Amino acid sequence: MARQGVSLVKLILRNKEFEVKPGMTLLSSLQKVNVLPESIIATRNGEMILEDEILKDGDVVKLIAVISGG
Amino acid sequence: MKCRKCGEKASVNMRQHKLALCKEHYLEWVPEQTERFIEKYEMFSHDEKILVAVSGGKDSLSLWDILIRLGYQADGLYIGLGIDAGINYSGESHRLADEFANEHNLKLHVVDIEKEYGQPIPVLSEISRRGHGKPCAVCGLTKRHVMNRIARDLGYDVLATGHNLDDEAAVLFGNTLSWSGDYLLRQGPVLPSADGLARKVKPLCRFYEREMTAYALLRGIEYIYEECPFAEGSTSIYYKEILNQLENDRPGAKLTFYLRFLEARQSGLFAERNDSTLHLHPCTNCGQPTSAPGLCSFCRMIEKVADKESIVSNL
Ligand SMILES: [Zn+2]
Ligand SMILES: [Zn+2]
Repeated sequence: MARQGVSLVKLILRNKEFEVKPGMTLLSSLQKVNVLPESIIATRNGEMILEDEILKDGDVVKLIAVISGG
Repeated sequence: MKCRKCGEKASVNMRQHKLALCKEHYLEWVPEQTERFIEKYEMFSHDEKILVAVSGGKDSLSLWDILIRLGYQADGLYIGLGIDAGINYSGESHRLADEFANEHNLKLHVVDIEKEYGQPIPVLSEISRRGHGKPCAVCGLTKRHVMNRIARDLGYDVLATGHNLDDEAAVLFGNTLSWSGDYLLRQGPVLPSADGLARKVKPLCRFYEREMTAYALLRGIEYIYEECPFAEGSTSIYYKEILNQLENDRPGAKLTFYLRFLEARQSGLFAERNDSTLHLHPCTNCGQPTSAPGLCSFCRMIEKVADKESIVSNL
């Protein structure tokens, strides 16, 4: 399965972007980029995904921050 | 992960309940739970008129949505704070509250602070010099005052706010760190009506903030995602982050912290003082109860603003 070029998963949180290797779970990916799973909801193509989801090459995961002030 | 009810792919996993649900069953579960909490804490009945404080955020719009689905008589109150900060924060949140009301054919009362009191929140805060350079203290004071006034003037029995468990746990954490006994005595899902003020209730107080976000997203409620520009770096957000760190390592820690507090208080951990040092009087201007004789803190703030403005205009 060796392939040329960059194969990455992109995680987007507000105006920040992170890149991780494909093939990991969402949970491991979040740990890798130091985002607390408790403070976000992850969506891919508009669908919510859970921590055991394996992220694939080319996935773009939008992280929605859940904490607000007040 | 699979939905516990139907075995389909789950959309939401709540580790503190060991419960995963698909979209359909999650959207059923949240209102069911809310109804349970409303009954458990004796918040209100189907005969009572409820005023929901609607900010345009996920919690208050979801609360309104849930109460209507459960068949309660709930109108909305939007308070226009006049916060722009380059992102039209108040304008946008007003639009979203309006849109929700129109789509569901609901009644939304609107109070614009600048129209009623002469200045928007940031200016009131600046002129009155309350709150150490941040308008949050004046904002909180003003919102409480207006909510009480509208509920009283328009004859609502209950005032409902969208506070979730993370909000409550963060406040509790702060009050515990400083052992603020008077606040600890009063914090809870229900504040009974007293001195002419409507009862205050928090029907979402047992849902995590994450769960309310999931509800708004799955229900397709359009809410204001931008943070209030003044909340950035606030203590309450800092406490929420700390509690989430704890929750991450020990699922259920936030919930236990709050629920055990309620239990402990019920069994007498924070006893009401017997002496009657806390006498409330009606404010001589607005009639809302206040501990000091004369004007309440809101009317004192407005008076101070008016004084300074007349000095400025007489220069
Ligand atoms: Zn299901
Ligand atoms: Zn007053």
